[in-house]
Amino acid sequence: MLSIKNLTVSIEGKEILKNFNLEVKEGEVHAIMGPNGSGKSTLASAIAGREDYDVSEGEIIYKGKNILEMPVEDRAREGIFLGFQYPVEIPGVSMTNFMRTALNEIYKYKGKEPLSAGAFLKLMEEKKELVEIHDKLANRSVNQGFSGGEKKKNEIFQMAMIDPDLAILDETDSGLDIDALRIVANGVNALKRANNSFVVITHYQRLLDYIVPDVVHVLYNGRIVKSGPKELALELEEKGYDWIKNEIAG
Amino acid sequence: MKLLVKMEALHKIQEQLFDSFQKNQDRYFGNLPQWLKIEKEKAIQKFQVKGFPNRSMEEWRTTNLEKALQEDYGNYFKEAEKDVNIDHVFQCEIHNFGTLLISQHNGFHVSKDGKDLTVMDNGIVIGSILAAAREMPDLLQEHFGKIMPETKDGMNDLNTAMFQDGFFLYVPDNVHFDVPIQMVNIINTTENLMIHPRNFIHIGKNSNVKVVYCDDSIQHGYNFINALTEIYVDSDAKFDFYKLQNKDDQSILLNNNYVKQEKNSETQNFTIIFNGGIIRNDINVQLDEYCKADVNGLYLVDRKQKVDNLVYIQHTKPHSDSNQSFKGIIDDEARAYFNGHVRVDKDAQKTNAFQNNRNILLSQDAKAGAKPFLEIYADDVKCSHGATVGQLDENALFYIMSRGISEKNARILLMYAFAAEIVEKVSIEKLRGRLDEMVTKRLKGELSSCEQCLLHCSDKHILSFDIDYDNV
Repeated sequence: MLSIKNLTVSIEGKEILKNFNLEVKEGEVHAIMGPNGSGKSTLASAIAGREDYDVSEGEIIYKGKNILEMPVEDRAREGIFLGFQYPVEIPGVSMTNFMRTALNEIYKYKGKEPLSAGAFLKLMEEKKELVEIHDKLANRSVNQGFSGGEKKKNEIFQMAMIDPDLAILDETDSGLDIDALRIVANGVNALKRANNSFVVITHYQRLLDYIVPDVVHVLYNGRIVKSGPKELALELEEKGYDWIKNEIAG
Repeated sequence: MKLLVKMEALHKIQEQLFDSFQKNQDRYFGNLPQWLKIEKEKAIQKFQVKGFPNRSMEEWRTTNLEKALQEDYGNYFKEAEKDVNIDHVFQCEIHNFGTLLISQHNGFHVSKDGKDLTVMDNGIVIGSILAAAREMPDLLQEHFGKIMPETKDGMNDLNTAMFQDGFFLYVPDNVHFDVPIQMVNIINTTENLMIHPRNFIHIGKNSNVKVVYCDDSIQHGYNFINALTEIYVDSDAKFDFYKLQNKDDQSILLNNNYVKQEKNSETQNFTIIFNGGIIRNDINVQLDEYCKADVNGLYLVDRKQKVDNLVYIQHTKPHSDSNQSFKGIIDDEARAYFNGHVRVDKDAQKTNAFQNNRNILLSQDAKAGAKPFLEIYADDVKCSHGATVGQLDENALFYIMSRGISEKNARILLMYAFAAEIVEKVSIEKLRGRLDEMVTKRLKGELSSCEQCLLHCSDKHILSFDIDYDNV
């Protein structure tokens, strides 16, 4: 699904990711953990295709294609979804128009017929249910006036609408209370298929109680310094990151 | 030296207008009531003294009329047009949404059923200002020419002297009229044209009326329009005024609005600019006590268009609120300026006055300027102003594009959202819907204007953006 090789990414001349490598197979859930400033969000943005990130080396192979030259919107249309750590408020654009426009463009790219208004509406209702959004989300402006929890639920809702093949969730759990965390995690689990993959970026182990990863990676100083089974997350929770830092230093 | 040449040229046109007035006044104004003839005579004398505005005047710093005034406009007096069928020349998108429609064609009122002035069952009088001056002068004379203040430049005086027609609306006391009144001012000629439409609107005590005023043009020809509208809003009345300006690139539109509000009255004033060569709106509102005035504007300009919006709000008595909100999207080499001035007189305690101007520039060469000005002589007031000039938010663009939406459409979505804040305030539901569509089309580059529109803006961009109006 995703194969990142020797990726070096800089922002404003500063190297954030250094010879980064990651291999995610179909149907797998990978968790990426790491202390602040280790490069987690940079990784997410680089996969999604944010332009102010300068990739000086390496490649990102997605479904067998190097996507580094592919514009953001085409990466999304090819099935990559980024759940934002800080979802952006867009006053004046209703959720309905936003999602309708997105789905129309994605379907058009794939050569599929656009959904009828009725079918679209039905899909919205179904996916709202999934993340337990009960209010008239459709008429609200994108993320405007949403609480932190609502914004994250809205990310999962959008992911459900788009049904991507590769979802990168960037600290989707940050700022969530336990109920919202459960809702978000249930949403993710419901969307899991045999042929899609998730990269869950998180600070804390608690999300991984709900979304069980196949592999846990520790990102430190721009590269993965340790990978292991889900138990690695528990170990990190218990001991913090210092023992890994020491391990590297030693 | 160059300036001197320009001044001389302007002076020459001024002389020509003055001479033309002297030669033609009997022929064109002979059948007007004596008081109006005197007003016109006084006005041409004032114009002769003051002349055209120039850019050394602070209020005209950003509006350059020199080039426009040097076009040949032919005869300054025009013959009234007869038997114009407005439905044949004009089928705009905004047209015909259940309004009571009156229109002007090349500056002349278009008769309805052979009449230039209609008295409705509810007492509303509507039609041509000249017909009103002749047939019902009492309704016009009391406030005519008294709502506008004396100005340094002679444009208002030129309007008073030279106007050959205009809209007239008189709403008696206690009339709540649900049907929006639409005034369409259409320029439809290939010849150059200079006209000075003069409109007068009187809203009686405790009455409630909405007017939609459209400026359109559908032919290529320089047209210089120096329009002046006086609006008297009596106590406890409510008045909504929507101006939609969709002109071709050869047009110069100077649109002066003077509003006087008596106590406890409310007005909503919208200026929505889709296209035009040079457009300047001067909006002046004078408030008595317990009044409310919202003055909103939206301008979507590109190529070499120039737009100036000048707002002057005077709070003369206590407990009144005013709110100005102007937003603009400026592309290519277009220019837009906003000049918002609030004056709070000494007696006007407990005034709330806010103004806000926000601009998005879409190109390197686009320019926007804002000059907010608060002039406050009372000590217990709440006033604020804010102005921003910026680009589209990059974070928001990335967010939208990360959902599979193309950059072009992401930009349009953001611009639409920016404009929607003004459109959402429109209280006539059908008009709001139409405006929403027009804004979308304008942003897509398929200018909303009439089928006959010659701008061919849609050649510029072809987009597949789809905004959904199904109320899903």
